[in-house]
Amino acid sequence: MKLHTIALNNLKRRKAKMAFLTIGLMVGIGTIVTLLTLTTSMSRDIEHKMDEFGANILVTPQSNGLAMNYGGISLGGVTFDQREIREADLARIATIANHRNISAVSPKVLGSVPIGGHDVLLVGVNFASELKMKQWWRIFGDAPKGDNELLLGSDASKVLNAASGDTLQIKGEAFKVVGVLDQTGSQDDSLVFAPLRKAQKLLGKEGRITLAEVAALCSGCPIGDMVVQIAEKLPDAKVSAIQQVVEGRLKALNQFKRFSYAMAGVVVFIGSLIVFVTMMGSVNERTTEIGVFRAIGFRKSHIMRIILLEAALVSLLAGLLGYGVGMGGAKLALPFMAEAKDAKLLWDGWVAGGSIALALVLGLLASLYPALHASRMDPTEALRAL
Amino acid sequence: MPLIEINNLTKHYTSGGETVEALRGVDIVIEAGEFITVMGQSGSGKSTLLSVLGGMNHPTSGEVEMAGVRLYRLPGEKLADFRAQNLGFVFQSFHLIPYLTALENVMLPLAIVKVKNAQKQAAARQALGRVGLGAKAGRLPNQLSGGEQERVAIARAIVNTPHILLADEPTGNLDSRTSDEVMALFRELNAAGQTIVMVTHNPDNGRYSDRTITLKDGRVV
Repeated sequence: MKLHTIALNNLKRRKAKMAFLTIGLMVGIGTIVTLLTLTTSMSRDIEHKMDEFGANILVTPQSNGLAMNYGGISLGGVTFDQREIREADLARIATIANHRNISAVSPKVLGSVPIGGHDVLLVGVNFASELKMKQWWRIFGDAPKGDNELLLGSDASKVLNAASGDTLQIKGEAFKVVGVLDQTGSQDDSLVFAPLRKAQKLLGKEGRITLAEVAALCSGCPIGDMVVQIAEKLPDAKVSAIQQVVEGRLKALNQFKRFSYAMAGVVVFIGSLIVFVTMMGSVNERTTEIGVFRAIGFRKSHIMRIILLEAALVSLLAGLLGYGVGMGGAKLALPFMAEAKDAKLLWDGWVAGGSIALALVLGLLASLYPALHASRMDPTEALRAL
Repeated sequence: MPLIEINNLTKHYTSGGETVEALRGVDIVIEAGEFITVMGQSGSGKSTLLSVLGGMNHPTSGEVEMAGVRLYRLPGEKLADFRAQNLGFVFQSFHLIPYLTALENVMLPLAIVKVKNAQKQAAARQALGRVGLGAKAGRLPNQLSGGEQERVAIARAIVNTPHILLADEPTGNLDSRTSDEVMALFRELNAAGQTIVMVTHNPDNGRYSDRTITLKDGRVV
């Protein structure tokens, strides 16, 4: 017979009350786990989406030439006809410390070419990475697959009077237009896109590129660090973060996190209240019992230990169950809340440990006053019979 | 040297703005091994006297000296320790813990004592044996009769071999035959050297004790 024998036996006897307490706390912890997991999973989902929706790091040659805008984003000083980056050097980007955060690197070569009596800006791109980065593109037709295939911006299509299936001559070579972009409202509308290798050849820039866009998956967004890391690898290039993208992303995520934390706070408060009321009720029900304990020589600290031990056991169980229920809830809710249908549920050990620890702290804190109240009971009053 | 010495004990309560004088200058001396019955009508102060003797109710004035210790001069939780080591209580309504077996109920005062569980069990079984309930150690209180519950309560009170056994109306909830059995048990314990102070309404119980102290309006008469 030890103090924990009393606590355990009492829990066994008051199954209904303890089940209510466990469920109350479990729901609280479960809600927090669900919210946190959803937030994390959705944040990750949103991050992926946003990362996929555009570049957030720009690699351009060191130059003090003309200003140029691309896609509504300031590219800084780029003189595309004068200086380029060696394409082979781009491979070094994959060797930076944060290389796992890199979602896509999209090299581009730019140059002016005459087509049908018009001077047109030809952009050589790697279509696989370009399409991954620019998921908002709607193509009437197909994306180029072969060397002599072109994708036209909507304005370029009108000016050149060319549509899918037409053939255009560039520097005496025939190119088939396989697709036309829907209006994007960006500079893409006036461009002619060709496969990178072919464009390099047409522009006489084999092995060179004009700029590279980098899309970084930024959990925690170490964009600043990544910019420095890439700049170290490419000393001849100018590497800059596209601040508006980074800041917009952070703002959206922070808003979502703030909402989740506020919700979690409310739930924590309600959970604590349930524990407090139940434990207080339990203590009041056990007035006589506590009087007996005191009469036979239990110290106040012994009474507190019994009550807190009970609270700890219930909280531990509630924490475990709450984690399970919370993850279950998150699994059910995620498909409805995340944008991507394949958004993955994140099983985080910290959330598991944290939810159990939180339940324990919550249960103990909320039971502290009831335990103090119990320990301070006047044994004579408690027993009344005496 | 007396085991218990009560000097000029007073206890006043304030209830509804009025002061109630439950004990008014009580002087009692109890020798080791005595069996004392405290009698008196309702409101005479006998239950208050027992709670003060039990170290659970600070007197307004006066001294309670027990086994050489001035009870209410003990600091902090030392009074609780004193109760654990020197006193045994038997309550009118038994006050057994419903979710503990008879054996566990008897072991309860030992839950805070640092000895091996096997020793605690042995002591509890011995105490249960003394009250004739060795065979019902595994039963819960609701599986025992009123008399049996009272016996478990007595076993619990003596398991720590206290200097003094305090009993508050121990036969108050029992029929006359069971009452006689319980009183005989008290007598038996007293014969073995146990000092007992028992509060009772029942004048018949007085015949089992060595001495009867009668209280009236908070005074010994």
